[in-house]
Amino acid sequence: MARPAARQLELVPAEPPGRKPARLEVARPPRAGAPAPAGAGAGGAAAPAAPERAAAAPAPHAPRRRATAEQMAQRQREISISEFFTKNRHLLGFDNPSKALLTTIKEAVDNSLDACEEAGILPEITVEVRDLAWEKSQGNDLTKGEGRFVVVVEDNGPGIVKAQVPKIFGKLLYGSKFHRLKQSRGQQGIGISAAAMYGQLTTGQPIRVVSRTGKARPAHLFEIQIDTRKNDPVVTRDDEQREWHQEHGTRVELEIVANWQQGQKFVNRYVEHTALANPHATVHYLRPKQERLTFPRATDELPKEALEIKPHPHGVELGALMLMAAESRSHDVKGFLGSAFSRVSPAVADEILKAAAFKGRVRPRDLAEDRHLAESLHRAIQATKIMAPPTNCLSPIGDALMKKGLVSFLQVIESEGPEAEEEGQLDLDSAGKKRKSAKERRAEAAAPEVPDAPPEEGVEKIKGHNYFIATVTRPPRVYRGNPFQVEVGLAYGGSWPADKPIELFRFANRVPLLFQRGACGVTEAVVKTDWRNYLLSQPRGSLPVGPMALLVHVASVWVPFTSESKEAVAHYPEIIREIQLAAQECGRKLATHIRKRQHADYQAQRRSIFELYIEEVAQALGKITGKSPAPIKREFLRVAEQVTEAELEEKEAAEKASGNPRRRDEDE
Amino acid sequence: MARMDVVSKQTAQKIERLAEQVMRAVKGGKNPFVEIPVRSLANVRFDPRKRIVQLGGQRQKRYFFNVAMAKKFMQTFLVSDACKELVESGKTTSIRDLYYITKHTIGETRQNTFEEQDESDPIIEDLEVALDALREELHLFASRKGSMVGPITIRDSGDTIDLRRMGSGGWAVPSIVEENVIEFVRHEARYVLLIEKDAVWTRFNEDKFWKRERCVILQGGGQPPRGVRRLVQRLHAELKLPVYVLVDNDPWGFYIYSVMKQGSINLAYESMRMAVPDARFVGLSSFDKDKFRLPANVAIKMDDGDVSRAKQMLGYPWFKEARWQREIQEMVRSGVKFELEALSRRGISFITEEYLPRKLKEKDWLE
Ligand SMILES: Nc1ncnc2c1ncn2[C@@H]1O[C@H](COP(=O)(O)OP(=O)(O)OP(=O)(O)O)[C@@H](O)[C@H]1O
Ligand SMILES: [Mg+2]
Repeated sequence: MARPAARQLELVPAEPPGRKPARLEVARPPRAGAPAPAGAGAGGAAAPAAPERAAAAPAPHAPRRRATAEQMAQRQREISISEFFTKNRHLLGFDNPSKALLTTIKEAVDNSLDACEEAGILPEITVEVRDLAWEKSQGNDLTKGEGRFVVVVEDNGPGIVKAQVPKIFGKLLYGSKFHRLKQSRGQQGIGISAAAMYGQLTTGQPIRVVSRTGKARPAHLFEIQIDTRKNDPVVTRDDEQREWHQEHGTRVELEIVANWQQGQKFVNRYVEHTALANPHATVHYLRPKQERLTFPRATDELPKEALEIKPHPHGVELGALMLMAAESRSHDVKGFLGSAFSRVSPAVADEILKAAAFKGRVRPRDLAEDRHLAESLHRAIQATKIMAPPTNCLSPIGDALMKKGLVSFLQVIESEGPEAEEEGQLDLDSAGKKRKSAKERRAEAAAPEVPDAPPEEGVEKIKGHNYFIATVTRPPRVYRGNPFQVEVGLAYGGSWPADKPIELFRFANRVPLLFQRGACGVTEAVVKTDWRNYLLSQPRGSLPVGPMALLVHVASVWVPFTSESKEAVAHYPEIIREIQLAAQECGRKLATHIRKRQHADYQAQRRSIFELYIEEVAQALGKITGKSPAPIKREFLRVAEQVTEAELEEKEAAEKASGNPRRRDEDE
Repeated sequence: MARMDVVSKQTAQKIERLAEQVMRAVKGGKNPFVEIPVRSLANVRFDPRKRIVQLGGQRQKRYFFNVAMAKKFMQTFLVSDACKELVESGKTTSIRDLYYITKHTIGETRQNTFEEQDESDPIIEDLEVALDALREELHLFASRKGSMVGPITIRDSGDTIDLRRMGSGGWAVPSIVEENVIEFVRHEARYVLLIEKDAVWTRFNEDKFWKRERCVILQGGGQPPRGVRRLVQRLHAELKLPVYVLVDNDPWGFYIYSVMKQGSINLAYESMRMAVPDARFVGLSSFDKDKFRLPANVAIKMDDGDVSRAKQMLGYPWFKEARWQREIQEMVRSGVKFELEALSRRGISFITEEYLPRKLKEKDWLE
């Protein structure tokens, strides 16, 4: 069960983590011209910048020396991880107490889902937020603004072996996912320990972890603090717990300063959408002063396992190539290429080498040291035709499951809406706000039921509302050597408002993206799609308007984010195009549905319209011809009965013949 | 008076026939419809022989049992009914009035028969073409603007009026100028001059240009309304007077001339009785700026809209002639336009004393 432990390794600080910008300067050391990445030792991160800049500055007249190297050396010292964190907390998603609340929950939940998936367990996850001040004062109002909260996330995953627990939660840059290429939520080995650090810095409280790896083994309870100078865990409590209700799993408890009043809308959305994109997971959501909310799993099928792949040569950057060469144990470049990359057969390696046209013998070590050699190899790689990378590293949600996810998502939000409003205190997220008020709903309920139309394919009746659901999963594609896959799902109708822009739900590797919608490539692709072709209205350069939620999922071994905070997908043309194609495909299904519905509405409407106008027409005709209007009216009514379906079709045919310029989008 | 009754009777009969045809269709269990010639650019063409813009043969059926058309069908008969009443009672009213006459709430709903005048105006035009009846024959008129003076005596609704004695404002041209309303009694005019702008027309009147030149001068406040155009056309057709048009030197001015000459797209079905294919354009020409030594600072720079409009005009069939092409191309080339008032730079009465007399003397016009 605890298989992942073998792969949990410590990352050397010289090679800092993937997502935070601090790494940007350091992760590709060769860029700056220093030829020996191995030499960039600990603590070298910030120091070299200053002298370099001083040297490069143009000097019109010789400037006065301000500090000697010796003086500066006194100031050069290791930067503690907590100092770094305190300065850069916004980069890690802890900008303010409301966002920090979400980030803490998100890091823990993403880990739980990753662990369950890797271990092959159907996840059952509990997310709990507790308002400490309110609990003490029982009966009063919830904390307004900032306050002390406890976040609890519990899973039924594989658990964590005892020896690993301290490092995982008490050391930044420690994890199992950084060194491999496969679709997962976490990547950096910094997430949960950063949350622990945030808790410690704001409340002084250690993170509490209970974990158990199997029935036969006891659970362990830890309290862990981080020695922020050394970036090392300090275990302040380590108890065996004979009794624990889970056979295996992990429970994480963090006390943090948070703002529930403002932050809950993000958390609500995150939890709802996580359930939506992970239909194989059951999620319980417990909030202060509110009923427990459960998103039951919509399927017992685990997502297809994402396999690990080696990087594709076309995706590698020069700096990374040099690092890989430095680490290579191969004796020659051909061996290095074949072992470090996917899709490099001996024949392909020969072709690359021919294009690189090295003079004399070149070893991987030489590449790591000689920037020019590495550059010619890099160029040769780009110039060589290489088979696309394998795509078994991807694990899309899939058409059927996306649909199930949407249905159960709608089921929960349909019932949650009014209840939450009656509470009167929940600041609903924007999706909630757009739903109808409780009053409107009651009025609707009182209205006579319209008999059901015969069920149409794709239409789901959820709590009395009809939703049309369509999904599309595109085949895998590649951008810059990285395989990726796009999926789009939509839910149309029901109680979504018809006169507002659609709800756009963005996901990357099944993780909901809640911020920076405008800066996201997904948004661009949806806006660029001409939804008027699919019978929605769409103001120029905006999201379409209509009663619809659109889900877009980008899955990749390496999702390109616009920034380190992982909030928006970068604008790669390959990705944008795939999203557009998927949206168009879904849109066509939508248009078919809307036409059918219009047809049905139309028949019901026409009756009443005709009856309305017949009176007027009969009066006018009677006056013009000097006859009594009553018999004229009777005759009109008689014809109204007879006007048949055939005529309707005739009219539609005529409309088509008159050529309305729809259908401009091409597929593929 | 007897004539008027005949026309009115005919109009009333046309409306009745339209209604009866619908009732017959319904009796026979069929979906009733009104057939209406299509009034759009697609159904308009230039007749090079008659040299006017005319409606083509496309017709469109407006059914009652069709959700998209039912309301318009109903509106068509509300308007028909109201017009028949006007015709029979011998009263004439404005199209705005008609909108109020026919507007009411439908049954127990909150829907109105017409929400805006914008809805009833096109129904009137539909009815005109469907019945092949003029707006005047339906006893309707649109807005009234335009004035006229000159050595001519007319009879307007029975009152004899000498257009030499109209003071500074001139005679206001009514919307309906058919023979049953306006008769030409006697005249000494040699030609008709249609001026685009009220202000310029005032100059001509004050300078008694019409007296000196023995001509009729009219203005229509920009794009002349139907009454003015119809009157010009009658003066030309019945009194055999040549027609000259004096407009600003800009695409809009050219367009006003073009509408007077061949008819407009919107009212193409009335071109026959509104257009004067022989109308002559006396100015302001793009070449006048040199001929009459206008200083550069009275020019106005054309904007993008002006330029594209002018370029579009190069493609009009009736502007295909080499001289017209040169004229428009010169405007595009120079990138500037001139108002008639620009001539005042050379003296307040330059336009009436030198400009126009010289243009006419030298036969310096375009056709
Ligand atoms: N609930 C859990 N069950 C089992 N293993 C876990 C759990 N939470 C964390 N781990 C292990 O701890 C490691 C470190 O987690 P952490 O969140 O710090 O980094 P990460 O998930 O690898 O990357 P990221 O920084 O992007 O979140 C993970 O790689 C995983 O192996
Ligand atoms: Mg993580």
